[in-house]
Amino acid sequence: MTPILLIEQVLNGLQSGITLFLMAAGLTLIFGVMGLINLAHGSLYMVGAFAAAAVAGWTGSFVLALGAALAAAAAAGMIIEMVVIRRLYDRDHLDQVLATFALILIFSEGTRWVFGSFPLYLDVPAALSGPVTLPGGILYPSYRLLIIVIGLLIALGLFQLIARTRIGIQIRAGESDREMIAALGVDISRLYTIVFALGAALAGLAGALVGAIQSVQVGMGEPVLILAFVVIVIGGIGSIKGALVGALLVGLTDTLGGVLLPLLFGLFMDPSSATTIGSALASMSIYILMALVLLFRPTGLYGGA
Amino acid sequence: MRRETILNTLLYLAMPVAAALALALDEPFLITLITRAAIFALAAVGLNLALGLGGLVSLGHAAFFGIGGYAMGILAHHAQTYTPVIDSWIVLEGTKSMPVIWLVAIVSSALAALAIGALSLRTSGVYFIMITLAFGQMFYYFAISWPAYGGEDGLSIYVRNDFPGLNTLDPMQFFALVFAILSAVLWWMGRLARAPFGLALSAARQNAERVETVGLGPFRLRLVAFVISGAVTGLAGALFADLNRFVSPTMFSWQMSGEFIVFIVLGGVGRLFGPVAGAMLFVLLEHLLSPVSDFWLIYVGAILLLVVLFARGGLIGSLAGREVAHG
Repeated sequence: MTPILLIEQVLNGLQSGITLFLMAAGLTLIFGVMGLINLAHGSLYMVGAFAAAAVAGWTGSFVLALGAALAAAAAAGMIIEMVVIRRLYDRDHLDQVLATFALILIFSEGTRWVFGSFPLYLDVPAALSGPVTLPGGILYPSYRLLIIVIGLLIALGLFQLIARTRIGIQIRAGESDREMIAALGVDISRLYTIVFALGAALAGLAGALVGAIQSVQVGMGEPVLILAFVVIVIGGIGSIKGALVGALLVGLTDTLGGVLLPLLFGLFMDPSSATTIGSALASMSIYILMALVLLFRPTGLYGGA
Repeated sequence: MRRETILNTLLYLAMPVAAALALALDEPFLITLITRAAIFALAAVGLNLALGLGGLVSLGHAAFFGIGGYAMGILAHHAQTYTPVIDSWIVLEGTKSMPVIWLVAIVSSALAALAIGALSLRTSGVYFIMITLAFGQMFYYFAISWPAYGGEDGLSIYVRNDFPGLNTLDPMQFFALVFAILSAVLWWMGRLARAPFGLALSAARQNAERVETVGLGPFRLRLVAFVISGAVTGLAGALFADLNRFVSPTMFSWQMSGEFIVFIVLGGVGRLFGPVAGAMLFVLLEHLLSPVSDFWLIYVGAILLLVVLFARGGLIGSLAGREVAHG
């Protein structure tokens, strides 16, 4: 394997890690502030991707498509928060799992109803469809590079939002003591709706960004949701920093494992069984990573504060 | 008699009565449908030990269901192609015998539950849910990427496996076999819940500190419950594979795990017959709604949402009152 190919794969790993971060950040905020496990977060990812594909189909503009993804996912998030989710904050986790599982069924089948079962395609904008040349003569798709940049900017913005703004202070206060901040006059149910809509918007953006690389279809959100859970378990629930570190770890492990493990086994096996065993193990690699983290830090790398 | 006991008796009798009716009407498809409900019930009865009694919300029980299914698939596949399962210093032949397959399914899913449980039970609450979900998904992707047994396409078995003295291809006889197993497991679970082990497990759900103070280890109690629970669900997986004569990675899918929880909550959490009621209701809904609309799951979702938000205690809870507390 050439170094150039390796760097390319590292960048791919970063790109998938960054999109995972967009999912995981919302999930971890929602859990941290409201104590809610939201299985329907993957549906919001799907809503974002479908909204983007539909708007891109009508207008041909990718920027409008991204805006539509953010707006549609935030609106969907706000609606389900006000209709369903807010009745679940005081319930046990089992009820939350069940109700959000029911929401997945409703969202998935509803989307199938409206858009049909065939995947939609969201095209990468023409200006970004070519490769860029990175230092060292590496050619890399400019769209994927853009995803990395957008993701890092959002991560930075989110850290600033949590650390510096008034709403960020309220979110952090809500994480440590919700009765107290309600007593201090913060409209807690408005705060919850905002946090939920923020998480939903991030998920919708991730769905739209990834939708242009993969196809936009029903059920696209759940595999990402489960990966985001792995990210949160590794990073620690409620920690945005943990979500970022966990997401990058998972993205890199997943991508590099798929490339390197078959090569590694190829050193002492015949090629076909090396590919088989290597790729089977690679599909398990992030879960093995999760198990290792759990053995040494049961509350995740940055959890348990 | 308590209302719940009457209801349980009615639920228990509903399956064989419905199967006998289907036989009288010469509707073998209905018998297969009822068998499916019974197998789902068995899988959820297994999960209910961990979830209802132990308070362990496992969203990864499809792992054990799938392991049971693949135990059947792999053994029967080797038997029908006349190739050994393992052919090195030790030679292991495939088999078409149900009891042997069941034993393999139970042991292998119990071992998997031991490993997953030992790791996942280090945590609790929402971590536990996410971790069990993730481990379940690990098996799913492994099954897809392992081409020896069909990969994504799964494995077909041409003839249902044998049970001594029965013609298992006859729907009624296969149903009787499944129902006998379900009855035995229900009887055992009922005893287990009243035995010292079950009482201690239930106490550990309600107040782990107190259980620890009297000298019992909640971790060990939960691990044992998780292993038994996984083994029962694994057995159900082997039966499900035999019912369809087909195994595929979808048995490992997380939707499967979600549906098991749905059965339990639809029926009533922590009640012995809750999973039975829930599985019957779900299969009935599927049968009635799927001809009405291609998107019948949307109605299931809506019903489920209403049950969770407004009818706490599930079907049995609504009909028999809240005699058993859940929490």
